[in-house]
Parts: sequence; C-alpha cells; structure tokens
Amino acid sequence: MEREGQTILEDINFSVQEGDFVGIIGPNGGGKTTLLKVILGLVKPSRGDVLVFGKEPEEGRHLVGYVPQERIFDRDFPLRVIDVVLMGRLRGKGMFRPYSREDMQKALEALELVEMSHLKDRQIGSLSGGELQRVLIARALVSEPKLLLLDEPTANVDLPVETEFFELLEGLRKGITIILVTHDIGVLSTYVEKIACLNRKMYYHGTKEIRPEDLEAVYGCPVDLIAHGVPHRVFREHRP
Amino acid sequence: MSLLQYEFLRNALLAGFLVSVACAIVGTLIVVRRMVFLAGGIAHVAFGGVGIGVFLGIDPIRSALVFTVLSALGMGLALERLEISEDSAIGILWAIGMAIGALFVGLTPGYVPDLMGYLFGNILMVPTGELAVMALLDLGLFAVTLSFWKELVAVSFDPEFAWVVGVRTKLINTVFLLMIATSCVMLIRAVGIVLVLALITIPAVSSRHFTKSLGWMMFISGLFGLGFVMVGLYLSFLFDIPSGATIVLVAGLAFLLLEGFKKS
Repeated sequence: MEREGQTILEDINFSVQEGDFVGIIGPNGGGKTTLLKVILGLVKPSRGDVLVFGKEPEEGRHLVGYVPQERIFDRDFPLRVIDVVLMGRLRGKGMFRPYSREDMQKALEALELVEMSHLKDRQIGSLSGGELQRVLIARALVSEPKLLLLDEPTANVDLPVETEFFELLEGLRKGITIILVTHDIGVLSTYVEKIACLNRKMYYHGTKEIRPEDLEAVYGCPVDLIAHGVPHRVFREHRP
Repeated sequence: MSLLQYEFLRNALLAGFLVSVACAIVGTLIVVRRMVFLAGGIAHVAFGGVGIGVFLGIDPIRSALVFTVLSALGMGLALERLEISEDSAIGILWAIGMAIGALFVGLTPGYVPDLMGYLFGNILMVPTGELAVMALLDLGLFAVTLSFWKELVAVSFDPEFAWVVGVRTKLINTVFLLMIATSCVMLIRAVGIVLVLALITIPAVSSRHFTKSLGWMMFISGLFGLGFVMVGLYLSFLFDIPSGATIVLVAGLAFLLLEGFKKS
C-alpha cells in the first residue's frame, strides 16, 4: 500500500474470523485509518488483495458498518441526532425517495440500543464526545452490518465513558465482527479478544497478548508495559 | 406603492425574489459545506463566458451559463484526477476564467458594451424575458434539491460515510456543482460577478442565528435575501446609487448588526 510515493502499509497479511473482536494498536501515522479505508474500499491497495466476506471491498461494503473518527465532523452542521442516524439507512434507497416509516423505526431502535433515544432531536453539535460516538455507532448499526469498523472511538472521552463504551460494544456484539483501531494501548481492555500491532507493518498472532518485542518494533522504542490490574490486563501476568 | 407603476421596478423586485430563492437553496448548502470559495471561483469563471458572448455578439448571460457549467464540470474532473488541493484548483480556475473574459473582450472589434453591469450587476436592467428563465432555473433547483435531499445532506455532512453506504457521491457532487454554476450565473444580472458571494453567503450565515435545521435555514435565508434586495433596491432608488453594491452593503450591514446583537 503506497501513497504519494511513501509506503504507508506494507506486507499486511492478516485475516479476521467472523465474530472476532480485534483491536489494532499503533502510533499516529502508522496507517491505522488507511487500513480501515482499504477494508472499506475507499482506498485501493497498490499491490495485493483485500477480501471482505470473500468479496471485493466495494461489493462487500454493504456488510460493513463504519464509525469514523469523531474529529472529522463539522460540529456546526445543522443536523439533528435522528437525521444523522437515518443516514445509515441510505443503502439501497433510491434517490427521489424520502426515508420511510420503517427507516425511522429502525433508526429509533438503533438509538435505543446505544441508549441515546432521549437525545434524538438534539443538535449534533450540542452532544458530548461520548454521546456523539454512540450516535455514530447507532448510525453504523442501523444498516445491520456484519462487520463493524471503529476508528479511534474513545479518543475524546474520559475513562468512565470509555468503560461504559466497551460494555455497550460487548452488548452489541452478537454475531457482529468488530475491528477497532486506536493509538492508545490503554483502550484495549478485557473486551478485546485479539490484538494486532500496526506501524506500516503488522504484527498479529491471533491472540490477545502483545509481545513486548512487537510493541518495540511498532513504536520504534521500548515501551513500558503497564497492566492496570486484572480487569484491564492485556498482558500475561509476569512472574519472575 | 406608486413606485410599482414602473415596469422596470416591478421586474427588479421579481428578479430579487427569484434570486433570493436560488441563494437560499444553494447558498445554504454552500455555507454548511464550507465551499464559499468554490462558489467564488465558479462565479468569476462566468466572466470568461461573458467575454466570449461579447466577442461572438450573443447574449453574454447565455454564453456565461454554458461556459460556467462546463468549467464547473471540468473543475470536478480536475479535482478527481489531478493531485492538487481544492483551494489551489479554485484559485487557478478563478484567474483563468477572468483572463479568458478579458482576452475575448480585447479581441472584440469596435464598440464594446459596458462590462461594469456584469461585474457589479444592475437588477434594474433585467429584461422581462429573462425573468421566465430565472423562474425556470429556480424551479429546477427546487426540484433537484427535493429529489436528492437525503443524498445532498449525507454527502455534505460526511462524504466518506455516504460513499460507504452506497450513495453515488460523485454524481451528487456533480449535481451540486451544476447547481452552484447555474445560480451564480443567475446572480450576475442582479449583483454582478464580483458581488455574487455576498448574496450566497450572507443570507445563509444570518439564518444560522435563528434555526438549527437545514430546511428552515433555507427558508429563513430566502427571507433575508429578499429583504436585503428590497431594502437595497429602495435605497439605491432613493439616493440614485448603484443597486448591486447597495444590496450587498445592506446585507453586510445586516450581518454585522446580527453578529453584534448575538454577541451582546
């Protein structure tokens, strides 16, 4: 994967099993967002193949729900929460036709699922980071995806909100495969089942553990591995 | 209203109304998408079309319409194909459009009509026949906006997501460029190429103070536009000053007052 002569991703060879919850960590600029865009078909790889549910990304994208980074939004945009969620129902909808009663019903259900229905008529700009994140997840869920891609979902929220957020994801998971990217190692809590490290190259062993040498390769310097007690432990207990 | 006896004044008011409708629809979308500079570029490209019309001896507004629409489409293609940032592309388009206009005006032999009218507009000179064309363009804009409403909103708010859920974002962006091109040309007669930006942005920006809904923003900015045109027209008539510039200055003053009122 190259762009403007610079290699952003190379030698990426990994596959995700259906039902997995994979966390991808790596430094900023390591190609995490690009990887998601490749999976979505928004960016074409210069070499190699990407298959989404056995199909080209463009054909598989109807099975994918995408939750982009929150900061790319114009918070001034005059739109209500429910209008944003309804966008998830655009697929397969002919032009010239307004949203149907069923679309509205599904959107309300999705908001219910993320516990945001009380805010449905609120201006999107008036939401907190955590609230907006939930609304964006509702928007992705409303298209009933089989694979959910989350880009830095907890970048702008504090720790309690983050924990709640992962509990929410856990509740939504039935049958949905989740890939979550983040630069923040602390985010990868017990809920994540498998962890990959990404900085141009990917280090993935299909397990939940991070090998210190992988982390060093990815961040380019030794990283202090601190496990925050048992509930948040991502590393095997260290015995001398 | 004894002023309304004058046919040209009636036409001017009608033109003001039709222009306000176009600005309300297109201006609101431009402002929320933060594409004001793009609209400026497209408006100035129209000058190339005016020059060609003068050179060929046809109605410059007609040639400007064709030229601007083609340039807007070319711009869309260039942004897709070339590795160039949008604001650079706009700057280049802007300058080349004006240069083409100046070149053709220079090449025109003999008498060259007054170009100030195209640069700064004269809403008092809108011929009756053109009002019908403007009304048709308004209807077109209205129909297109209604038909593509959810797609236009989605592409404006989050183009990547719109693409992911299968919206034909390229088509929608092209439609939007065409909407901008036709409205800009429509505004030339009233306020002129240089002042188009004012009527596209100021009503839409002002309407933001009163609503948080895109649909209502369009409605309120239509009222603002009409108000600016009417007050400006009246003042220009009263003091015998240029109409286009007066309308824009009225809009600018209203904007400042609203902002100041909001702050305090």
